[in-house]
Amino acid sequence: VTTTSDKRAFEPVIGLEVHCELRTATKLFCACRNEFGDEPNTNICPVCLGLPGSLPVLNARAVEYAMRIGTALHCEIRPNRFDRKNYFYPDMPKDYQISQFAEPINVSGFLELPDGSRVGIVRAHIEEDTGKTTHMGAGGRIHDADYSLVDYNRAGVPLVEIVSEPDITSAEQAHLYAAELRAILVASGASDGRMEEGSMRIDANVSVRRQGTTELGTRCEIKNLNSLRSLVRAIEHEIARQAEVISSGGRVVQQTRHWDEESGVTVPLRSKEEAFDYRYFSEPDLVPVEPDQKWLSEVEGALGPMPADRRAALVKALRGEPSQAQNDQVVTLVGQDLDSLVLAAVAAGIDPGLALRRTANEAAAEAERARALDPTTYATLLRMEQEGELTSTQSKAVLSVMLSSGGDPVAIAAAKGFEALADDSLADLVRQIVEANPAEWERYCAGEAKLQQFFTGQVMRATKGQANGKSVEAELERLRG
Amino acid sequence: VSPEADLTSVQDIAERVAGGTLSATDVLEQSLGEIAARDGEIHAFVTLDSDGARAQAAEVDRMVASGENPGLLAGVPVALKDNMCVRGVRTTCSSRILDNWHPPYNATVVERLRSAGAVIVGKTNLDEFAMGSSTEHSSFGPTRNPHCIDRVPGGSSGGSTAAVAAGMVPVGLGSDTGGSIRQPAAFCGVVGMKPTYGMVSRYGLIAFASSLDQIGPITTSVADAALVFEVIAGHDARDSTSLDRPAPRLLPMCDRDIEGVRVGLVEELVQGADPEVAAQVTAAAEALAGMGAVIENVSVPEVGLGLPAYYLIAPAEASSNLARYDGVRYGLRVDGQDVEAMNSATRAAGFGAEVKRRVMLGTFALSSGYYDAYYGQAQRVRTIIVQAFESVYRRVDVLLGATTPTPAFELGAKTGDPLAMYLSDLFTVPSNLAGHPAVSVPFGQSADGLPIGVQVLAPALGEPVMFQVAAAIERAAGSEKTK
Repeated sequence: VTTTSDKRAFEPVIGLEVHCELRTATKLFCACRNEFGDEPNTNICPVCLGLPGSLPVLNARAVEYAMRIGTALHCEIRPNRFDRKNYFYPDMPKDYQISQFAEPINVSGFLELPDGSRVGIVRAHIEEDTGKTTHMGAGGRIHDADYSLVDYNRAGVPLVEIVSEPDITSAEQAHLYAAELRAILVASGASDGRMEEGSMRIDANVSVRRQGTTELGTRCEIKNLNSLRSLVRAIEHEIARQAEVISSGGRVVQQTRHWDEESGVTVPLRSKEEAFDYRYFSEPDLVPVEPDQKWLSEVEGALGPMPADRRAALVKALRGEPSQAQNDQVVTLVGQDLDSLVLAAVAAGIDPGLALRRTANEAAAEAERARALDPTTYATLLRMEQEGELTSTQSKAVLSVMLSSGGDPVAIAAAKGFEALADDSLADLVRQIVEANPAEWERYCAGEAKLQQFFTGQVMRATKGQANGKSVEAELERLRG
Repeated sequence: VSPEADLTSVQDIAERVAGGTLSATDVLEQSLGEIAARDGEIHAFVTLDSDGARAQAAEVDRMVASGENPGLLAGVPVALKDNMCVRGVRTTCSSRILDNWHPPYNATVVERLRSAGAVIVGKTNLDEFAMGSSTEHSSFGPTRNPHCIDRVPGGSSGGSTAAVAAGMVPVGLGSDTGGSIRQPAAFCGVVGMKPTYGMVSRYGLIAFASSLDQIGPITTSVADAALVFEVIAGHDARDSTSLDRPAPRLLPMCDRDIEGVRVGLVEELVQGADPEVAAQVTAAAEALAGMGAVIENVSVPEVGLGLPAYYLIAPAEASSNLARYDGVRYGLRVDGQDVEAMNSATRAAGFGAEVKRRVMLGTFALSSGYYDAYYGQAQRVRTIIVQAFESVYRRVDVLLGATTPTPAFELGAKTGDPLAMYLSDLFTVPSNLAGHPAVSVPFGQSADGLPIGVQVLAPALGEPVMFQVAAAIERAAGSEKTK
């Protein structure tokens, strides 16, 4: 419905709210297991069911994980406390959510994207998750359900909600941000980042304004973005929808909208007028949390390298300004957790260019298996290739076997018959072919350079193409003396 | 045949049961007998747990017989306000909305009482969710004052208090959010104590206003209250607001003389009271002076701010605490077309008028646009009250005043006028807002022969000196009686 020119006339302003489940062993306020996929209503107790008289007790590990996230996002980690967010919903056992409203643990940070751009972080606070409602019968939606079932296993699971500044200017950048944030959450050990299991859930606040203006437009919040693909599609759709509304003289209404994956559109959920008044007030059942310097230092010290640090380390290992293609390979390899293979190979004396190329082009194609490779064995393979014991074609063939069924590259090469051609046997073969073609050899020795191709061709024919061309040339020159 | 137990003395029963001269089972049967004889009229209990109590008593007797230590409260029958959870025993908060709810867990106080050898006889009546000052706002109907059957026992812990005052049990546990232990104790002529906030675990106490609620003992003597307090108090990891310190010893304080103890007689906690109540407070002060205490007249005008602040903070917290009664998981459910309709129908049918009034008041006080003027302002007033107490406690060790403006009023006298009912908490709410301990001790009577309570207030953790003074008042009251 929207023409391209219309779209170009508008600039989107996007902020993301990411809910991330922490991978603590137990829930935020009780000792129930924090586990996805268990039988419904098996990980429950009086506290997470909100039974009358029960009281919450804060899980210190959850606070620690939140501090890790804050540290990784360059936030200021502050003394914090909990509030109650009051609203009725059947999957919320107490009909209020314990969250941090007025004094969140993490504020004022930023996230640097692989392309160097920065997105500000407003806050990253701790709160409890709700249960999960399944609508039964008819269409499986709330309005036409016969009845609903609630599973409270998720109720009370610790979450950190990460709120970005509205610094994001495109669906692609939103995708980059979410992917990078996910990588940081996983790297910090705070979350498993599994979007398909709901451990990372995204809401997008989207508004548009005419190019060149600075005033923010009216925003809509889009919920139910369960994958990075949905995130991109929903934002693109929403930008187009809002641009169309404004272009046709209308006004964007502040709304919460639901992304419908199947039909590919956002639909209104509730408007500002229908928005809840959450009646926040300080949670009287909990006491304020004041992380001391010792705890902060411990958390900081225990935090491993973040994706950005790892990318920098890999670039440094390349020695010299990387090309755009290499930069892309660096991002991919860190994202796939394969940078350690490259670094180990470089440390073992392999040419960085070769290590990066072979890992990004071949190993990364089977990332999961590649992560299982022993770095020393992998470096051995690359050394064989580097030293001419294997051609690049042979090296790739050996790697393919290593990835599919493991094993030692020397043994695999031998089994494939690559080994024989790599040393004495190649010299024998070259000598035999020289002896069988004395006339040509004489002309070669007399300086007829093109006859080198003749001998190489003969060797290749005899070895079915598996000899190393450079080794053949070297051997010919050695015989010529 | 076992000698009769004195059902008004915790210490007497505990000592004799532990010593083997009295069986816990006999004490329990005697208590159940009193309840059977008198509770038809008084209506202190809403649920009796005779079977559970008999098993508990038999266990105490077995321990005594086998030479094991049965605990500090061996064989002592206890009445529990019906807002504290006992596993498997119906718990109602005197509300229809909890319709036949049986908690799957025990409150911390229940576990502490039981491991001290106490025998929980049953659950007692209260104003619904502890919201009230007369125990008339109960879905089970009102409890009556054992001293005068036409009068209210006070509230909201009216059931536990009446059970003690009627001699059915020597101790009841109540909860005190704005005076709900002390006010009924004053009305019924017994001792009622609210500890420092955080002294007694709230785990398993069904919340009314979380930042104000405290469980405390109701007994016939100050020493009995001290003993029961020592059993139920102390840190509990299940309550984050529980103080991380052991319970102080209070029993030894009850015999200590009060020579030189500085007592502030609070003008504002006397002047607003009926003349005959005020007269008893003055008499108690004089008696303390006669025992060597230093009496000083003090004015703490800020206590007058307590009631309005309380009636914003308590309803605000209650509006949130009571949200969970939505018909989804337990208790009453009234069906509706959709979830919202079911929620509304359930809450409309399940809550009484007073609870609805306070939930609406609290919801309003927290609403966007009103928060600062109401809830926020009330919190600021709360700070002012704390500071005013801090200032006066630099000069005195404890404060003295009336517990209630009047003696027990007649049933129905104030049910039509919520504001008049709220005013009976005027002298008790400041201690809750400050988180301080306070105790009501019977002292004298009205012209109609109704009991009158005198209140001793202390700073946070001031229980020892508070009990020292309370016991002295009790001694003075005893010698007044024998004159």
